[in-house]
Amino acid sequence: MNISDKQYGEMVKKASPGSPMLIDCTKAFLIGGAICCFGQLLFYIYSKSGMSTDESRTLVSVSLIVLTAILTGIGVFDKIAKHAGAGTIVPITGFANSVVSPALEFKSEGFIMGTGASIFKIAGPVILYGTTAASLYGLIYFIVEKVMGK
Amino acid sequence: MSGRIIDFQSRPSVISRASVVGKKEGEGPLGKCFDMVIEDDMCGLDTWEAAESHFQKTAIGLVLDKAGIKAEKVDGIFAGDLINQCTSSAFGIRDFGIPYFGIYGACSTSVLAMINAAEYVDSGKMKLAISSTSSHFCSAEKQFRFPLEYGGQRPPTAQWTVTGASAEMISDEAQKNCPQIEKAIIGKIVDKGITDANNMGAAMAPAAADTIYTFLNETGTVPENYDMIFTGDLGKVGSKLLCELLEKEYSVDIRERHNDTGLMMYHLEEQDVHSGGSGCGCCGTVMCSKIMDDIVGGKLHKVLVVATGALLSAISPFQGESIPGIAHGILLSDGR
Repeated sequence: MNISDKQYGEMVKKASPGSPMLIDCTKAFLIGGAICCFGQLLFYIYSKSGMSTDESRTLVSVSLIVLTAILTGIGVFDKIAKHAGAGTIVPITGFANSVVSPALEFKSEGFIMGTGASIFKIAGPVILYGTTAASLYGLIYFIVEKVMGK
Repeated sequence: MSGRIIDFQSRPSVISRASVVGKKEGEGPLGKCFDMVIEDDMCGLDTWEAAESHFQKTAIGLVLDKAGIKAEKVDGIFAGDLINQCTSSAFGIRDFGIPYFGIYGACSTSVLAMINAAEYVDSGKMKLAISSTSSHFCSAEKQFRFPLEYGGQRPPTAQWTVTGASAEMISDEAQKNCPQIEKAIIGKIVDKGITDANNMGAAMAPAAADTIYTFLNETGTVPENYDMIFTGDLGKVGSKLLCELLEKEYSVDIRERHNDTGLMMYHLEEQDVHSGGSGCGCCGTVMCSKIMDDIVGGKLHKVLVVATGALLSAISPFQGESIPGIAHGILLSDGR
């Protein structure tokens, strides 16, 4: 076959349809936005029922995580996420789903070698680099504050 | 002819064949052609892997029943699948007590297994051999991609792994009213540097083009000498690339006579399978049902079936490796 890898790569690019960006972005915006509005609604409800702002915010996150875990467990979440894309991945729902789905999938290998070993298979990088970045930021903040404080 | 082409002198016959598929496949355009549709993807078992073994076990059991032959009479079984160490095949076959040859050709396994079985039978080493293969959407997703309930999006170039298993019983005697195996071609590994694991059709199309061109060239034939040239499974993107490659590189046009089992298996849009079906079970079950039915029914007389495989592992793309493709071909005829 005479065609070079580069030439073939060009052919493949031409033959492969791209994702429908406009539809995908619109769906992500609407569904992601709806999740955020729902979170805001929960915040009002919790605040009105006498909780402090901090408590209400924490409870909103917890509520969304629990709801996602249930929807993932009953096999509904992935059907919504198929359309929503970043709309469900970016909010805390995406993080919850990325922990619950491997926990379910690898249950067949037992609670230790299956769920235990694989639960962070997808969320692992986010946890590792997220906490590392947060620690570094905290350290920088601490040093800057010390210097400025003087 | 070079050593890549095998001419089976005794014309081994496929005296019995079975195809067992899952619910989604049963709802596809070929739903009625399959021997059995298992509605429960889990088959009432505990794991996806066990379910896939059950599919293969069921297909082999059916092929024996349909032929009315006991497992002890079979000299060997050639089988493989996509799961690590081909456990779906090994676990599915373990209770039959048939000598087992484990083989691996990714999605090309169906034809690779048949070539091996036919060769052993044709050379007189065996009188009766079975070839079988399976794939399962859920076990494949778990091993190669993401957990089933993970909320990700699939790009339009992605293919859907078929849940299904097929088995063929091959006899050393040419029999009328059975598809006969005339020739085969062993695939060469062709790697054109594709690294996108969501575009398998593109990774495998060059291998298919090489195999089809070499087969035509070495047997001195043209596409018009065949009723159909089937590939399995390049999907929409891969099929387009295959036809373009053959035309550009070798001035061969197969468009009129080409179809892809990945495109035949599902209603692409309605069933939301993007570029089409894939997996060992795709080409295997379509070949065992629709294609061989048409050969026996007189609709097709001579068909070339080229099964394509992407020889990657679950980790190789992360190590920066490109995806090598392979394509094995088999020439089936009605023997008339």
